[in-house]
Amino acid sequence: MNARTSSQRTPKSGSDAHPPIDTSRRGFLKAGAVLTALTVGGKSLASDGADGASKLSQGRMGVLVDLTRCVGCRRCEWACNDANDNPHGKLEECDDQSVFASLRRPRTDQFCVVNATRNPKADPSPTDPPIFTKIQCMHCEYPPCVSACLVGAMQKSPDGPVTYDASKCIGCRYCMMACPFERLTYEYDRRFTPRIRKCELCSHRTHDGKLPACVEICPVEALQYGKREDLLRVAHERIAAHPDKYVDHVYGESEGGGTSWLYLSARPFEQLVDVGLPRLPDKSPAERTEHIQHAIFKGAAGPLGIAAILTTLHFLTRKGGHA
Amino acid sequence: MSASFHIPAINHSTHTATDSRRRFFTPGMLVVTAIAAVGVGAWLFRMLFGLGAATNLTNAYPWGIWIGIDVATGVALAAGGFTTAFLAHILHRERYHPLVRPALLTAMLGYTFVALGVATDLGRFWAMWHVMLPPFWQPNSVLFEVAICVMCYLSVLYIEFLPAACERFIGRVNLPGRLAVLNHPVDRALRIADKTLGRFMTIFIMAGIMLSCMHQSSLGTLMVITYGKLDALWHTPALPLLFLLSAFAVGYPMVIFESIIAHRSFGLPGERSLLAELGRFIPFTLGLYLSVKVADLALRGQLPRLLVGDYYTQMLTIEVCFGVLIPILIFSNRHLREQTRWQFIGAALVVLGVAFNRLNVFLFAYSPLERGATYRPSAIEIAVTLGAIALTVVIYRAIALILPVIEQLDEHHTPHSRHDQRFPVVAPLSSHPISHPRPVTPTVPAAESNTVVGVKE
Repeated sequence: MNARTSSQRTPKSGSDAHPPIDTSRRGFLKAGAVLTALTVGGKSLASDGADGASKLSQGRMGVLVDLTRCVGCRRCEWACNDANDNPHGKLEECDDQSVFASLRRPRTDQFCVVNATRNPKADPSPTDPPIFTKIQCMHCEYPPCVSACLVGAMQKSPDGPVTYDASKCIGCRYCMMACPFERLTYEYDRRFTPRIRKCELCSHRTHDGKLPACVEICPVEALQYGKREDLLRVAHERIAAHPDKYVDHVYGESEGGGTSWLYLSARPFEQLVDVGLPRLPDKSPAERTEHIQHAIFKGAAGPLGIAAILTTLHFLTRKGGHA
Repeated sequence: MSASFHIPAINHSTHTATDSRRRFFTPGMLVVTAIAAVGVGAWLFRMLFGLGAATNLTNAYPWGIWIGIDVATGVALAAGGFTTAFLAHILHRERYHPLVRPALLTAMLGYTFVALGVATDLGRFWAMWHVMLPPFWQPNSVLFEVAICVMCYLSVLYIEFLPAACERFIGRVNLPGRLAVLNHPVDRALRIADKTLGRFMTIFIMAGIMLSCMHQSSLGTLMVITYGKLDALWHTPALPLLFLLSAFAVGYPMVIFESIIAHRSFGLPGERSLLAELGRFIPFTLGLYLSVKVADLALRGQLPRLLVGDYYTQMLTIEVCFGVLIPILIFSNRHLREQTRWQFIGAALVVLGVAFNRLNVFLFAYSPLERGATYRPSAIEIAVTLGAIALTVVIYRAIALILPVIEQLDEHHTPHSRHDQRFPVVAPLSSHPISHPRPVTPTVPAAESNTVVGVKE
């Protein structure tokens, strides 16, 4: 629809400039038309997907993480590796708590990790358990990686997951720059066929009616899979039922425009920034960028404006007798 | 190109170009060629063994110097092409014509290496063609806009530069050995290209300026999406405007910088007075950039931070003082502006300042969420980047020796474009016996002729 309105505008904006008729002008209009078609052709596609959220289905799925329940058993890491054909040892090896000594991030061969934060009480006793935080791709509602990808290799599925298609990818890694959670990983060590690796919300399992592997294995029901709107309701009910236990905030409800993964915590989320829950504004970073892009290129207004200015200057500064 | 096609040229006998001037390898060029050769080797290593083996890129730092220097800085410093073409061809300031071709050559080579730099950085470079096919297009992507514009502009630059080849080879196509049968067809093709291009060049120049404005700004938009990682001194929705204005501002300094180096390297008198005239624009373009930058910092409440003096404010201070304020002072001063030394210092400061700005945005002020993550470019990355710069210089020199690019060097000198025909060639270095027929008769008042470069020091 964008394309139509703009192509109607094209000849008009050319005549606005009122240049004397000569070959340059005719040629210029031709070039203008070609360039406009190119710009508008591209940008009209944009208007379809501009509003990232509008494509989402009402019943889109998500996962609610109740950090007050997590005991740091790391079974989810094991199940995740198992479900995604990533290398892993025996289940019992998850009991190794030494990995909590450092903060970990998702890797190409491990899409989710659990980090521990020391209990930040004023006077923590050795028995105070740390806070465990599982992190993975957050499956944003309006994902910057999808907005950034120039060949459509990153897609937001209407039912929730953000998926990656290696067959489209050219390996520019702009999605990684764009991710506000920094959760994307790249197979730098594959010489010719490196891929982005990330949690895909076990879409290969959920399509068969199974739960995401991490949710299925969680022994303490810290993870809950369901429709995002239901999970939000559950989360707020839990906060209302135990205001003493939870901080009154559901992380992911609005962070970065909202995410499919939602977190409940007993501690203020500011204390969990380092383990992987950064503070983000309510708007997706993609929204701002797309607004700038669309403002400049809407109906090819920017390029046509430049063309009009150039034409005007060209003819105003022309000296007599020479075209 | 025009009606003057068959008028014989006037042969000048003032053959001042000595052999040393036209020599390709000077000691300096040997060093540059060696750096280029090492770069090619490093590049082959990356292509054979992959990004992991060749670079220090990580998940926290997905983009390194190949994007920060080769692409972002490369595009900015190639801005001399469209800014000079704007002055000479859109605003009809004909006296600047001698500066256009060198600037276009730099832009052409610059963008060629930008494209190569991108290809080198792409993990799946063999899938690059996806960008050209509409089924893959994702036009919400800023990078998509940059990629399409850069591809189009690269083609436009080659077209804009084609007249230089036409001028040099029409009537002189002499292919070796059996290829000689193609002499006539190639000559015909060049003549057709020359005629057609002569008619449409203004359109290509306008398209070039338009495409440049589009992707120079979008290169800034590129980093707006990196929320929380790029420091707030640089992370602003005004980034596209700032990138565009700084590209405008660096165009002429880059032309001055190159002109001085090229003329010195070829042992030519140089274009001092013309560069001084060009330099008059610099305080205005830089001033506009500076005022928008300061206004942006003020509006976003970042100015008080400048009193803190942390790492980021130091970087910004260096960037603005050396890259913007000092050059404004130098080029505002008539006395300094007239001296080759100060022209060079001022221009070099702007060039380095804009390069530093791009590096700040893409690397220095970018801090990943991952605590303790660092990035230091690997030896291979550095070798490839230096190699690309060196190879640009090598090819620039080769083309400048073969094609009519630098007027003072031009052995087969003929005026560069149809616009130039109105200008006298005051001191052509020489003329080839079978040079492309072109009139060199002055058709403008002699008063203007002193604006033609290289007349006398």
